[in-house]
Amino acid sequence: MASEEVDRNRRRFLTGATTVVGGAGLVALAVPFVSSMGTSARAQAAGAPIEVDISLIQEGQRLTFEWRGQPVWVVRRSQRMIDSLEQIEGRLADPESQQSTQPEYARNRYRSREPEFLVMIGICTHLGCSPSYRPQEGAAGLGADWLGGFFCACHGSSYDLAGRVYADQPAPLNMEIPPHMFAEDGQTLVIGEDEETQTG
Amino acid sequence: MKMRARILGAALVSLLAAAVPAQASGEYWSEPNVRVDDRASLQRGAKLFVNYCMGCHSAQYHRWSHVANDLGIPDDVVQENFIWLTDELGQKFQVGELMEISMSEEYGDTVFGGMPPDLTLTARHRQEDWIYNFLHSFYLDKDATATGMNNAVLEGASMPHVMWDLQGLQKAVRDDDGQIVDFELVQEGSMSPREFDRAVNDIVTFMSYLGEPAQLERRHIGIWVMLFLFVFLLLAYLLKREYWKDVH
Amino acid sequence: MSKLLTWVDDRFPLTKMWREHVSEYYAPKNFNFWYYFGSLAMLVLVLQIVTGIFLTMHYQPSAERAFSSVEFIMRDVNYGWLIRYMHTTGASMFFIIVYLHMFRALLYGSYKKPRELIWVFGVLIFLCLMAEAFFGYLLPWGQMSYWAAQVIIALFGTVPFVGPELAQWIRGDFVVSEATLTRFFALHVIAMPLVLIALVVAHILALHEVGSNNPDGVEIKKNKDANGIPKDGIPFHPYYTVKDLVGVAVFFIIFFFIVFFMPTFGGFFIERPNFEPADPLTTPANIHPVWYFTPFYAILRAVPSLAGSSFPGVAVMGASVLVLFLLPWLDRSPVRSIRYRSIWFKLLLAVFVVSFIILGYLGAVPAGTTETIVARICTILYFGFFVGLYFVSKFETTKPVPERVTTK
Repeated sequence: MASEEVDRNRRRFLTGATTVVGGAGLVALAVPFVSSMGTSARAQAAGAPIEVDISLIQEGQRLTFEWRGQPVWVVRRSQRMIDSLEQIEGRLADPESQQSTQPEYARNRYRSREPEFLVMIGICTHLGCSPSYRPQEGAAGLGADWLGGFFCACHGSSYDLAGRVYADQPAPLNMEIPPHMFAEDGQTLVIGEDEETQTG
Repeated sequence: MKMRARILGAALVSLLAAAVPAQASGEYWSEPNVRVDDRASLQRGAKLFVNYCMGCHSAQYHRWSHVANDLGIPDDVVQENFIWLTDELGQKFQVGELMEISMSEEYGDTVFGGMPPDLTLTARHRQEDWIYNFLHSFYLDKDATATGMNNAVLEGASMPHVMWDLQGLQKAVRDDDGQIVDFELVQEGSMSPREFDRAVNDIVTFMSYLGEPAQLERRHIGIWVMLFLFVFLLLAYLLKREYWKDVH
Repeated sequence: MSKLLTWVDDRFPLTKMWREHVSEYYAPKNFNFWYYFGSLAMLVLVLQIVTGIFLTMHYQPSAERAFSSVEFIMRDVNYGWLIRYMHTTGASMFFIIVYLHMFRALLYGSYKKPRELIWVFGVLIFLCLMAEAFFGYLLPWGQMSYWAAQVIIALFGTVPFVGPELAQWIRGDFVVSEATLTRFFALHVIAMPLVLIALVVAHILALHEVGSNNPDGVEIKKNKDANGIPKDGIPFHPYYTVKDLVGVAVFFIIFFFIVFFMPTFGGFFIERPNFEPADPLTTPANIHPVWYFTPFYAILRAVPSLAGSSFPGVAVMGASVLVLFLLPWLDRSPVRSIRYRSIWFKLLLAVFVVSFIILGYLGAVPAGTTETIVARICTILYFGFFVGLYFVSKFETTKPVPERVTTK
């Protein structure tokens, strides 16, 4: 009968081993399920960089493109618009773009690689509305001293023509600049990719 | 009990055997050698598929980027050499996009009497050997179709013999009952029959992959899962035996 | 920890429920192979619900996008293929397990007094599972999905007087269409699972009320020790939890072998025509239901139409499932287990099983003259089992049943 006596240690060891191995199996089984909720190949394709032929954009014109489901604006600024960016700086919350999100090459007065082209995610940093484009000086309803810019109708935030927010506005930050670059031909703008994020 | 289990087993086996559908095979029928882990074959097949099939057939459930990743072809090579289709602005489709074609429904209806079917899943519902023999079995038959060609596997197929420049042209050899038993080459193509066999085999291999891309990885994962489960079974069995020592 | 448990126990009968249903639920110690399938059925139910939830995240229930969304899952979703193969394999495994589980009840008379309600709940679960599988099979929107649904719904069209209106109401259209797809989706992912879970709870509560039967068909509650514990009973936990764990391991080996190495199971678990998108204008050759419905489908086809109506076949097929409800009252023998019953009962049961399997085969192949004759004979034998049982169980001579359970 002695051999049939309960071996507590063996029992404890086997219980522990089965629990650990079974638990590891459950964790491994959870991996594909959790992973399936990540970005699919379709979402990744939709998030792929887009290419824009800049010769199609006229001076002063803004075109809207979709990148990762968000509106991305490309504005071809005129000389008057570029000049306005300096005049307005006293009225801005963060003219040097210290707080906002942008690639290093866009941390300047124009918030772009070339003063002529602004590439920006068209979403207000307050609560996510998409502001409207009001390029004219003294545009209706925005005051005589309006130098052109973007106005968010949701909660009345104003931005200049580089997406920099005016001081004392509901919106806290300048609008976001996505990574972008000009292709070698000089005519194609790539949005969503730059020298740093570029892969194989 | 043993007896009953055996009868049950035998019945199941006969059930399985009977349910494999009979193939409409002539004597010319031969089996392809599909090995989806043969990457070189997949790559050759992909190239042929894009050049010869995708003129008319889409593979609209699959993405170019998967072909690039799964077959180990760099994205830009796929972009440069495989993708011909452009969008309405004249911009080429990107690797992330689906493998669609630009043929319109109207064009397909007028020229072929119906849109050429999408080929993503053909290997799964027709099976690989059907495709292999179909692509081998175009023969000269003046009266059959507008192209003067017929197909022994799919009589009256409206698909032209797109690979005639590779295979050459062949005519059917029939037995006394008029059944096709073999083919005879009447005009040589740029490939020898063996080269052509390999080319078709490559296409079929690629289409097998296209039908179920997951087959590239599922067996590899499966082996590890099996090993794990056998370890777990051993532990569970020992645990059970240990506890059941209490039960008399 | 124990403080927390006390706090919970003062407010919710957690420990009480654990004792009642697990640690102090006394099950007979002589369970054999056939007793694995109850817990395995529970496991598969959980697997189907979990994989189903994740498939629902990516699937699109519309005629336009259903088929391509399944391929989206197979290709673009990370491990989507694995989740889908687990769901399709799970569906077939569910039926294999449930058929074996029901066969166990026939072997050992588990449906007999006082377990009639367990059996009735069980048959309801089976019915529910058939509906669940039928609704789910339409969702991939392939040729087989579409035409199988078309044919099965047409069965309702044969009901006298209201048939055509009934079929149209089920479809929500003149043919199977997006209206049908969306309602089947709602029923498959919400309604049926809810009913199924409720029935499973009822099934288990009824079981734990009267206690488990066993291969000897002996009532273990008749022999209790001084503490009121059945002498032949052992606590479900840890003895049957560890034993069922072995069953789970073996099941997973088979299950994942299919998932990873033969996911279509030679065209049985995922049928070839279903890799073509649904086309309302072209019927594929030899449409038949998935293998787990084929026995009933064969019965349907075996019955000749009467006065220009194919309703008799539908009625007989319906009866072939509904007759299961009557089993506890058709079997009048006081002896439960096949071990102590007559050769006549054993023969009856063998004929029943064989005819069921032959019907399953016949339902999967095209019906020729020979096939129809064999199907008719098997249909008669199928029902013959129930009729025969009613008389055999009354007059058979049984062997003496032991007082206590036997073990090898």
